[in-house]
Amino acid sequence: MIRTTLLAAASALTLIAGANAQDMTIVNAKVWTGTDAGTLDNAAIDIRNGEITGIRQNGTSPRGGVEVIDADGKWLTPGIISPFARVGTVEVNAEDSTNDMSASGSHFSVALRAADGFNPAATPVAITRIEGVTSMAVAPANAGNIIAGQGFTAKTTGAPNSIIEDRAFVFVDLGERGAGIAGGSRPAAWAALRGAFADARGYPARFMAHNEGDSLTRTDAQAFGDAVRGRQLMIIAAHRASDIRQIIGLKEDNPNLNLTIVGADEGWMVADELAAANIPVIIDPFSNLPASFAQLGATAQNAQRLIAAGVPTAFSHLDNDAHQTRLVLQSAGNAVANGTSFDDAMAAITTVPAMIHGMDGYGKIEIGAIADMVLWDGDPLEVMTAPDMVIIDGVSQSMESRQTKLRDRYLDLDESEKPLAFKR
Amino acid sequence: MGRQMKHKLLTMTAIGALALMATACGGSGASDKGASVDKFEIDRNPFPSTYKPYPSGTVLLQNATVLDGIGGQIEDGDVLLVDGKVKSVGDDIAAPDGATIIDATGKWVTPGIIDNHSHLGVYPSPSVGAHGDGNEISGPVTSEVWSEHGIWPQDPGFPRALAGGVTSMQILPGSANLFGGRGVTLKNVPSRTVQGMKFPDAPYTLKMACGENPKRVYGYGGGRFPGGAPYSRMGNVAGYRTAWIKATEYKRQWDKYAEEGGDPPNRDLELDTLMQVLNGDILVHMHCYRADEMAQIMDIGKEFGYKVTSFHHAVESYKIADKLAENGACSSMWADWWGFKMEAYDGIRENIPMVHKAGACAIVHSDSDIGIQRQNQEAAKALADGRRAGIDISKADAWTWLSANPAKSLGVFDQTGSLEVGKDADVVVWSGDPFSSYTKADIVMVDGAIMFERGNPDRTPVMDFELGQPGEGDLK
Repeated sequence: MIRTTLLAAASALTLIAGANAQDMTIVNAKVWTGTDAGTLDNAAIDIRNGEITGIRQNGTSPRGGVEVIDADGKWLTPGIISPFARVGTVEVNAEDSTNDMSASGSHFSVALRAADGFNPAATPVAITRIEGVTSMAVAPANAGNIIAGQGFTAKTTGAPNSIIEDRAFVFVDLGERGAGIAGGSRPAAWAALRGAFADARGYPARFMAHNEGDSLTRTDAQAFGDAVRGRQLMIIAAHRASDIRQIIGLKEDNPNLNLTIVGADEGWMVADELAAANIPVIIDPFSNLPASFAQLGATAQNAQRLIAAGVPTAFSHLDNDAHQTRLVLQSAGNAVANGTSFDDAMAAITTVPAMIHGMDGYGKIEIGAIADMVLWDGDPLEVMTAPDMVIIDGVSQSMESRQTKLRDRYLDLDESEKPLAFKR
Repeated sequence: MGRQMKHKLLTMTAIGALALMATACGGSGASDKGASVDKFEIDRNPFPSTYKPYPSGTVLLQNATVLDGIGGQIEDGDVLLVDGKVKSVGDDIAAPDGATIIDATGKWVTPGIIDNHSHLGVYPSPSVGAHGDGNEISGPVTSEVWSEHGIWPQDPGFPRALAGGVTSMQILPGSANLFGGRGVTLKNVPSRTVQGMKFPDAPYTLKMACGENPKRVYGYGGGRFPGGAPYSRMGNVAGYRTAWIKATEYKRQWDKYAEEGGDPPNRDLELDTLMQVLNGDILVHMHCYRADEMAQIMDIGKEFGYKVTSFHHAVESYKIADKLAENGACSSMWADWWGFKMEAYDGIRENIPMVHKAGACAIVHSDSDIGIQRQNQEAAKALADGRRAGIDISKADAWTWLSANPAKSLGVFDQTGSLEVGKDADVVVWSGDPFSSYTKADIVMVDGAIMFERGNPDRTPVMDFELGQPGEGDLK
């Protein structure tokens, strides 16, 4: 019964996809709010003009004329936020012509803005959205410099205007990979970073005397200005405990920096120091192998140990993050299996990513928040669960993707009457 | 190959060595024992398994939800294991004298997971340059190499997979080559040697590869233009056929020698493997993403008289599931990987259930040291996505993707892959429903011996590499 209602609603919506926000009320939902209100049973959520305008227990009927969706007791959560992804900048990883993550032939670094390569119509965007990820932070990837460039935040609507912040953060690699790129050692990477700081802070004065900086071109030095002054987030990749301590030292020397560490497989070994320095981490809860000498301490316990120590911890699926960031929900479920509480795991894919990226109004269900929400057909962290409905800016989104169309074409292989190519 | 057969081949090894010596010396081949009767035979098993099951005794698992692995589900079920074998499965089994009783109330019991596509050991952790032993990229046809010679038994990935309920796995060479070499099936038991892990009497397998990898590596590898063959999918097919033509001739010579005697043909390691495929003794496992390529490969099999046992990755199997069923070819698949290269672009979440629905053999494989740790969840995702598309499959049937079907694809289903009486007691006790993110393997038994027990340091293997390192003995 509810399915019919939802399907009817969904098909109506396809017609107005990308149109203005709808007004609707979702009743009888089990709402994970992401706030002190906790989880509400039998709640009603009012959505007006793309915002959440009402949260009521045992929802009374809204005023007439508003679409009512009966959640039938199912889970309603804030839209999932992937804090570190590459969705929308790559169509096929191995085909360079479709891959805008990195540029090995460019002599620019910080000035490379991933947002310039964002294609909201890229197929991974819809494929990500229909699994409940409503917004994401998209990072550039390193090629010729430890500083890959600037990442952006975006919604997964697929609409042309779906970028939230086009210069959301700078991404730097100070792990094994960064060491390799910098010339072959960690000292080389750190020298390059210190040089880049000096170039950015000395911009434009030092470029009047010399054409080039120590580490950065003039354009890059200008682009790095906000990050080195703490006005822009800097996400740094590192795994080894000693590398993380170096980064904590960087923050101690430059207290105004806004830092987050991504990777951090050995984060649990320095959890107290991270908490004291108030540096958040973005980790992959699946990572539990000594995949490199920087990850000898990797364990699936990383999440719960970091969270127990008070480190703001977000989750991402860091393997094939151009196509599979949708698996962050499975990652979160597995973190729960390894000792993280359900609430902390949910926070790691909603409120904490929003906090890291300064996305006010995201990641929570509260009055005044942006109406990005997902209605699930079960426990959202269970592998067998999927969204019934994905709402972004108050608009119920299309649940179709290139993959669902391929599925529907091939569900029945009968081509006795006509080729399957005619079927769509 | 049965145990008796193996014994016979071992005897033949000694005789073969004599015959070889004789040939090498250019003599008549006559010996005191009469070489005219004792023909030289190729030793099919020069690196025999030394695996012996660890002691286990009698164990009764009680009151569990039991999936027997062949489509049956028993609530409040019991499983009795005696001396490393499944003795009985039912709902009220009396405990024999001296049995260890494990109360599995609220837990699930299944056959151990079998991953038929792993590179553990050949691409071990840490993945440093010195550890890249998984692919003999030096040429497009390397059927002479054997994955077991690249396996490092100290890979920390093995105990992680064990903790995920994996009791056996096939270790394959990589997919750069048209013919990548032999794969080997292992029991997931820690051992000082590879031979100590080898699944007794499992047939050898041959890894082959379709599509982008061979032409990328050889055709435009090394920055040269053009590189060597194959440069295109046309070159791939020409490469397979050329090799099979050689193998056919090689087999003809050996068959003739077996019948008529005379001097044994010159041995060729590359062709030994291919000949044994044509003899039906080695099973073909072929990396192949695209539907149209799989269809052509099946024709090549008919041309030369062999069958592909399982296509691997098989991202587009859903497009030709009917043809795969007709040809009796399995598909070893991920639940949802896609998009990393062009031939993976059409991946969909319902591939596994759509193959199952067509009556073809569906297998969940990992090809990943991370994925291998939660293959049950991959099956769960596929099952749920299939159900949403209207494909109604039970959890008990879905478990065939994890144990029975991969066991069949490796030629070991007569020994493992289900909880049927007399089979190896390769068993997992799960903390709950294994089709859940929250469930973990509590106890993993290989041949009845508890090789992993969650939270018990005495039953948690720690590989040499991890000793004295930050990860030693930690919960993983």
